[in-house]
Amino acid sequence: MTISINDAGHVANLARLDLSAQELATYTEQLNQILAYAQELNKLNTDQVEPTYHSIETGTILREDKVIDFPNQAGLLQNGPDVSGTSFVVPRIL
Amino acid sequence: MTEYEAVIGLEIHTHLKTRSKMFCACSTEFGKQPNSSACPVCTGQPGALPVLNQEAVNLAIRCGLALNCTINKKSVFARKNYFYPDLPKGYQISQFDLPVTSNGFVNIQLPDGAEKRIGITRAHLEEDAGKLVHQGAEGIEGATASHVDLNRSSVPLLEIVSEPDIRSAEEARAYLDKIKSILQFAGVSDANMEEGKLRCDANVSIRPAGQKEFGVKVEIKNMNSFRAVERAIKIEIERQKQVLTTGQTVAQETRSYDEAAGRTVSMRSKEESHDYRYFPEPDLLPLLIDDAWIDRVKKELPELAEQRIRRYQDEHGISAYDARVLTLDKAVSDFFDAAAKLYAGDKKSIVNWLTTDVLGYLKTENLELSQTKLTPENLVEMLGLIDNQTISGKIGKELIVQILKTGASARQLVETSGRRQITDESTLQKIVQEVLAANPQQLAQYRSGKTALKGYFVGETMKKTKGQAAPQLVNQILDRLLKI
Ligand SMILES: [Zn+2]
Repeated sequence: MTISINDAGHVANLARLDLSAQELATYTEQLNQILAYAQELNKLNTDQVEPTYHSIETGTILREDKVIDFPNQAGLLQNGPDVSGTSFVVPRIL
Repeated sequence: MTEYEAVIGLEIHTHLKTRSKMFCACSTEFGKQPNSSACPVCTGQPGALPVLNQEAVNLAIRCGLALNCTINKKSVFARKNYFYPDLPKGYQISQFDLPVTSNGFVNIQLPDGAEKRIGITRAHLEEDAGKLVHQGAEGIEGATASHVDLNRSSVPLLEIVSEPDIRSAEEARAYLDKIKSILQFAGVSDANMEEGKLRCDANVSIRPAGQKEFGVKVEIKNMNSFRAVERAIKIEIERQKQVLTTGQTVAQETRSYDEAAGRTVSMRSKEESHDYRYFPEPDLLPLLIDDAWIDRVKKELPELAEQRIRRYQDEHGISAYDARVLTLDKAVSDFFDAAAKLYAGDKKSIVNWLTTDVLGYLKTENLELSQTKLTPENLVEMLGLIDNQTISGKIGKELIVQILKTGASARQLVETSGRRQITDESTLQKIVQEVLAANPQQLAQYRSGKTALKGYFVGETMKKTKGQAAPQLVNQILDRLLKI
């Protein structure tokens, strides 16, 4: 399996990356190198191996259902592109 | 002409009743000032990490059990990637190939009384997105800007996906009613569609009757009430039939339901909108659930509608049909339980008043029971007045509407309006005699053998007394007077 220039362009577009033709060619080549490396695994028979989703074997940590208000809402609003009242403002979305 | 069969599957999103959000400690409370329940996690600030809410998992297990699902010992969270301003991280944390529960079913009641099983593919956990308010004009087209409120961002949701087992708009409605009932009785969610605590999308296709393969599937969105879901599906099935009978093909697309226009409208097909590139969420380890946890939730599982239906039949001798009607809405069922405790008489009379007068009123006024002033106490008070013959059942039907509206005491209404039942025999006999005297023609016909006319005299007497005559007594008096 290899990644074509079109595949790379498609993924770049989904990720909203604006790449030049030269960049796209470079990344396509690099992605194929990574994929080839991962395909090393195909040499092994993994039929009996349970898929791993994480490098650590334990389960996720759980939180008690308790409300704690975040003390710096003003700080959050400052990180937005534009603010009106306590709302973030973005260009209208169609 | 070809007969078509509809194939429908529903995706239901329901809010879970937790105090805090799914992955952070912000409040889930509704109606607060924009962005007052927000923190670095639910606004997607770089470096903030999600920590899973234990209660959200509890409720998911509880719902899974109530839907007869398998609770998966290991489930995995995944990122669903897309760009939209209500989703500050650029991805929604959901579940993909390993959901927390799967392979369940519910039984729905068909109009002919038969039961039908609808399969549940899965019920998985995911976080809600924020809310966009478009500024500047009505609707999105004239908007100059969009305001983003992230209070709802990361509120826990359970998405319940049905198998394509539903065959009509009516079945879809019955399935929705059933799921709502289960969510309410299990204490998982308020399941209120009007408040946005329950949302529903429908996948609809049609195929020639007898064909095994599915037709092209259309997804319908923007249905804001149970009634809207039923109508939208009906309209979409008709549209697809129209398309096929004119020799065209149905396009695979997402359509929006326009309630005012009574039609579904194609949404601009965003070519790549379904390319979500799911991958396991690296910030969360797999969710592990052991048997002890499942057992604990099983023990805490509240009495579900099915169990109440059985209890109503066994304890109070209520018919299966009435028991079902009572348990469609948990508030109505809870009301019945409270009233039954207060009322010494036959509990079936509570059922009759609830299922006919009260539910009828709610339906015509489009209200929930909690939006009326009726209480178990004031209903039982009125039933007592009927039982001791202070008022007739007919007057009761007038009083109940006033009680629903104002919460007034039935006793007081009777005193102030003078609607007390006429039970004095000599008074009533005088009225009946007047009725007979005023209708000599009917009386002659009666005497010549048309005995069915007795009902006419009863009716005239009731009319003359504005419904206050005790019907049994009127009958007795008529029997006596007509013999002469
Ligand atoms: Zn938060």
